[in-house]
Amino acid sequence: MSLQLQAGSVTFENVTKNYGAVTAIDDVSFSIEPGHLVTLLGPSGCGKTTTLRMIAGLEHASSGRILIGGKDVTSLPATDRDVSMVFQSYALFPHMTVGENVAYGLSVSGLKTSEATERAEEGLALVGLAGYASRLPSELSGGQQQRVAVARALVLEPEVLLLDEPLSNLDAKLRRKVREEIRDLQQNLGLTAVYVTHDQEEALAVSDRIIVMNRSVIAQEGTPRELYEAPASAFIADFIGDANLVTGEVINITQETAKIRIENVEYDLPSRGMGNGTTQIAVRPDSILLEPASTNQIGIKGNITHSTYLGNQIHYSVDSPLGELFVVDYRIENAIKAGSDISMTFATRGMALIAP
Amino acid sequence: MRTSFFPWLIMGWIGFAILPWYALEDGFWAFEWLIDGYPFDSDYAPALLQIFQDKEWLLPLLFPLLFPLCVFNRVKSDPKYASTLVISGGFGLAYILGQGFSVGISGWEFSTLESLFGPLETRQFGMGYGALLTSGAFLILLTTGLAAAGNLRGDVFVTSAIGIVVALVATFVFLPVGKILVSAFINDEGLYALSTFTNNFFTKKIWGIDCLSTSVSCGVGLNSFFLAILTATSTTLLGLGFALVATRTDFRWKKSLRVLTILPIITPPFVIGLALILLLGRSGTITQFVADLLNIEAGRWLYGLPGIWLAQTLSFTPIAFLVLIGVVEGVSPSMEEASQTLGASRWHTFKQVSLPLMRPGIANAFLIGFIESMADFGNPMVLGGNYDVLSTEIFFAIVGAQNDQSMAAVLAITLLMFTLSAFFAQRIWLGKKSYTTVAGKADSGIHAGMNPLLRRICMCVTIPWALFTIVIYGTVLFGGFVVNWGRNNSFTLQHYAEGFGIGWSEGNLVWEGAAWDSFWTTITISAIAAPLTAALGLLTAYLLVRQKFGGKNIFEFGTMLSFAIPGTVIGVSYILAFNVPPFELTGTAAILVLCFMFRNMPVGVRGGIAAMSQLDKSLDEASLTLGANSFTTLRKVILPLLRPAIVAALVYSFVRAITSVSAVIFLVSADHNMATSYIIGLVENGEYGIAIAYSSVLIFVMLSAILIVQKVIGERKLRRTNRLTSQSDTTKSSTNSAPMEKQA
Ligand SMILES: Nc1ncnc2c1ncn2[C@@H]1O[C@H](COP(=O)(O)OP(=O)(O)O)[C@@H](O)[C@H]1O
Ligand SMILES: [Mg+2]
Repeated sequence: MSLQLQAGSVTFENVTKNYGAVTAIDDVSFSIEPGHLVTLLGPSGCGKTTTLRMIAGLEHASSGRILIGGKDVTSLPATDRDVSMVFQSYALFPHMTVGENVAYGLSVSGLKTSEATERAEEGLALVGLAGYASRLPSELSGGQQQRVAVARALVLEPEVLLLDEPLSNLDAKLRRKVREEIRDLQQNLGLTAVYVTHDQEEALAVSDRIIVMNRSVIAQEGTPRELYEAPASAFIADFIGDANLVTGEVINITQETAKIRIENVEYDLPSRGMGNGTTQIAVRPDSILLEPASTNQIGIKGNITHSTYLGNQIHYSVDSPLGELFVVDYRIENAIKAGSDISMTFATRGMALIAP
Repeated sequence: MRTSFFPWLIMGWIGFAILPWYALEDGFWAFEWLIDGYPFDSDYAPALLQIFQDKEWLLPLLFPLLFPLCVFNRVKSDPKYASTLVISGGFGLAYILGQGFSVGISGWEFSTLESLFGPLETRQFGMGYGALLTSGAFLILLTTGLAAAGNLRGDVFVTSAIGIVVALVATFVFLPVGKILVSAFINDEGLYALSTFTNNFFTKKIWGIDCLSTSVSCGVGLNSFFLAILTATSTTLLGLGFALVATRTDFRWKKSLRVLTILPIITPPFVIGLALILLLGRSGTITQFVADLLNIEAGRWLYGLPGIWLAQTLSFTPIAFLVLIGVVEGVSPSMEEASQTLGASRWHTFKQVSLPLMRPGIANAFLIGFIESMADFGNPMVLGGNYDVLSTEIFFAIVGAQNDQSMAAVLAITLLMFTLSAFFAQRIWLGKKSYTTVAGKADSGIHAGMNPLLRRICMCVTIPWALFTIVIYGTVLFGGFVVNWGRNNSFTLQHYAEGFGIGWSEGNLVWEGAAWDSFWTTITISAIAAPLTAALGLLTAYLLVRQKFGGKNIFEFGTMLSFAIPGTVIGVSYILAFNVPPFELTGTAAILVLCFMFRNMPVGVRGGIAAMSQLDKSLDEASLTLGANSFTTLRKVILPLLRPAIVAALVYSFVRAITSVSAVIFLVSADHNMATSYIIGLVENGEYGIAIAYSSVLIFVMLSAILIVQKVIGERKLRRTNRLTSQSDTTKSSTNSAPMEKQA
C-alpha cells in the first residue's frame, strides 16, 4: 500500500464552544502528538463529539485556537482541512457504490477518474475489502460498511483521522475484532487518530493516551495505565474501571509512600504528593477480599446484602462501616450467601489515594 | 480557497461596458439591436457610452467596478479583501437601484430630488441585459466579501445563495406588495395623502352592513369574510367526516376516497362553478328536472352566495380532507386504547381524548379553507351574480371602465389583511411543537372504532357528497360533447373541433382550433416556470434545513409569505410594480414566469424541507470532510438523493402554473394569453360548451403528467428499495409530502 501519510499533531489552546446559552466545551487545552491514537472518553453529553467536530471543522470554536500539524486552522472550514472523519452512522453515500464512495474524496479534489478508482481499490484492499468495489453500501454487513468508511477516510492520506464512536453500531462480538483492526491499521500506517468513545474498556484497549472529559472540561489526561493506577479524582477512579471510595487517615508520610489507616487496618500506598490528614482512597472491586467473619478476625467487618452469580465471577454488595461497597470475586467455589457476616481485607495493588 | 471574485468583476464589466444597459423595446429575446445602431444609439448603448451621451449619473458606477482591483493580489483572509468587496458590491447594487428608482420615464421620480438637482431633461427606461448582469455581479461581489469576512464559515456558495434568494424574494414579493401599500396612499394628483387611504378604506363599498336590514347588498369586505367563514366551516366539517370515514371505518370504498385529494391539484378553479351552472343554473339539468316535476319556475338562486359557497365547498373539501387525514391518523391509537381500558365509552373517548388532540389540526384546516375561499377568484367570477367579493372587485377596479388603481390597492390591502391574519394565526397557533403531534406518525395499535351514531352521520353526509363530486366531474367530462347542455343534448365533437381542430394545408399541419394559441403558450410558460420554481424552492429548502445563519426565521417567513398572498393581490401588485422602470415587465412572458415562480415557491420549499429533513445530515458532513465544498456536496450527494422530491416539485409547479387564474388574468397580454384567462373569457360570452371542452383537455393533460411521473417515481422507488433497503424511507415520503394546496 502506497499511502503517503504525513501524520500531523493536533493542538487545542483554550478552546470554548457555546451553543447559545449552553457551553459544550469550556476552555479546553490539549495537545496530541503525531502518530498517536488518542481517545476522548467521557459520559454522554460531556462534549466529546463537539471536540471532534471542531477538529474536523464542522463546528467552529467560539474562542481559542486550534492547530493541526502546527498550522492555525481555527477559521478554516471542513472542506479545506486535511482531516478525515469516520462517522458514527458511517454516512456512506447510499446512491454510490462502495468503490465510488471510497473514490469520492479523491475525485472531488480533482484526481482523474482512473487514478481515483485505482487508489480506491488499494484503500479497499487495505481494509480487507478488495473486490467489493461494485457493491452498494446496503449490500454489506455493518462491519463491512464500517471498514468502507475507514477506507474512504484513509485514501485521502489525512494528517489526522477522526473516529466518532466507530463501534457503537456493531454487535458486541464484532467490537473487539474491529477495534483491534483499527488499532493495527493506525499503528502500521503511523496515523494520528482521535477516537471518541464512552466505553472505558474500549478506550483502555486501543489508546496511546486517553483524554477523559466531564461536563465540558478535561478531567484527566494520560496513558491508560496512569489513569487506572493514579486517578486524579473520584470521577476518574469510578469512570475508569469502577472503584469504591472509602475514607481513611494518613498517619505517616515519606517521599514515596504514605502510611494510611482505614478503620483499624494500615496500608502502605504511593504517596502521590498527598499531605497528612483525612483522605479518600479508591479501592477496585476485585481488590477486596471477603472471608467469612469466623475465619478472619483482623479485617473490616461487614454484611453481604446482595450476591449475584455471573458465571466466571460473583458480584457482592457489602454493608460496612465504610458504607455500601461493591465487590467482584472470581473465586466462584467460595461463594458466600447473602445475609452472611464477613470480614474484608484490601489488596494494595488495587488502591489509590485521591486528592481531596 | 482559490475561488476568486475576478470572474464576477469581469461579468460586471461586460454588463457595464459591452451589453445594452437599458431594456429593449423589442423584447428580451430580440436581437435586431446588434445591427441597428449598436453601440452608439442611445437606446442600445452600454452604460459606459451612455455616460457620455446624457446619462452622467451612471458615472459613479465606475467606482465599484474599479475599486476591487486594489485587492486583486490579496488573500481571502486579508480584512481589506473582504471590506473592499463588501463596499464595492454594496455600493454598486445600492447605486444601481437608487438611480433606477429615482430617474424614470419622465425624469425625476421624487420631487425632493427635482428641487435638489433641478429639473432633468432626459429620462431612462427599465433595466436591460447590461443593468441586470452588472447588478448580479455586484450582488455576488457583496456576498463574496461577506463570506470572506467570515460569515457562514466563509462559504461563498451558501452566502451567495442566500443573497440571491433574498434579492429575488425582495424584488418579486416584497417590492410589489410594498408598492400596493404605497399606491393606496396616492391621490389623483399623484401626491401622498393618508386621506386617500382612509377615504377609500372606510366606505360602505367595503364594510357596509345594509344587507342586514334592507335588500341592498353588504360591503365586499364583509361579503368575502362571511363567505370565507361559511366555506371554511363546511369544508372543515366535510373534510373531517371524510377523514374519519377513511381512517376509522371499514367502509368498502375508503381507499378510493383518497383519489379525491388529487382533484384540487388538477382542477382549474372555475371548473366547478362552470359544472354547477350546467347542472343547477337556470337551464341546468337538475333545475329543469325539478321544475318540471314540481311544476315551478326555475330559479336563479345559484348566482350568488349559495352558488359560490357550494362551488367553493366542492372545490376545497378535498384540501381539508388531505390535511385532516394526517391529523386523524396522527392521534396515537394507544392513547385511545388507554382511555378505553380506563372504562370510557367510545363517544367519551372521541370527545375527551381524540378531538382535543385533533384540535390544532382542525384549526389549521379551517384557516386554510378560509384563506382559499378569500383568495378564490374563479368561482365568484363565474357564479358571482350580484354577490360581490374582494377578489373579483379588485379585478373590476383595474380592468373595468373605472381603472382605479388606488381603489384596487385599497381592496387588495383589505384582502391581504384578512389572509395575512389567518396566516399569522395559523403560525402562532401551530407553533413548531404542535406540528409533531399533528403530523407525527401514529404508533402501533388500532384506532378506536367510532361511536355508531357519529359513524352513521359521517357516512350519510360524506357518501352523497362524494357522489355529487363524481357527478360534477362527470358533467365536466361530458359537457364538452353536448351541443348545448340542457337544451340540445345530442352528441357532438363540434366544441373540440372549434377549440382544438387540426387541419392540413398544402402538406403542412395547421393548428386551426381557436384554443391552440393559448394552449401552447400555457404549456410553454408553465414548462419554463416549473424548473425555475423547483430550483428556487429546493435551494431555499436546502438553506433552511442545512445551514445555520442569523435571521433564518425571517428568511423562512419571507419565503413562505407568498402563500398567504391571494393571486389577485399578486396580479395587481405586479402590474403596479412592474410597468415602470427600473423593472419593466408587463406584457412580457417573463412576468408570467416570475409570477408563477414566486407564487408556487412555497410548494417547492415545503416539499424540499420534508424530503431533506429525512436525509441524514452526516452525509453532507462526510462529503465536506472528504474535501468537497458545499456546492459539490449539494450537486453530488444531496440532489441525487432528492430526485423524487425534485420530480414532484417539477410536476406540481407545472400543474399549478396551468391551473392558476387569479394572478394570471391581470398579467396576460395579446401575445401571451393563457388557457385559464381564455376560458374565463369564453364563459363571460356564454360559450359554455367550448369552455368545458377546453377545461377537460387541461384536466386530461395535467392528470397524464401526474400519473406518468408517479409511475416513473414509483418504479424507481421499487427498484431502489430492492437494492437499498436502508434508503427506502428517505425516498418514500417525498411524493406524498409536497403539499397540495390549490390556488385561486
Ligand atoms: N448543535 C447543538 N446545539 C445545541 N447544543 C448542542 C449542540 N451540539 C451539542 N450540544 C450540547 O453540547 C453538549 C455536548 O454535546 P456532545 O459533544 O455531542 O456530547 P458527547 O458527544 O460527549 O455525548 C451537550 O450538552 C449537547 O446538548
Ligand atoms: Mg457523541
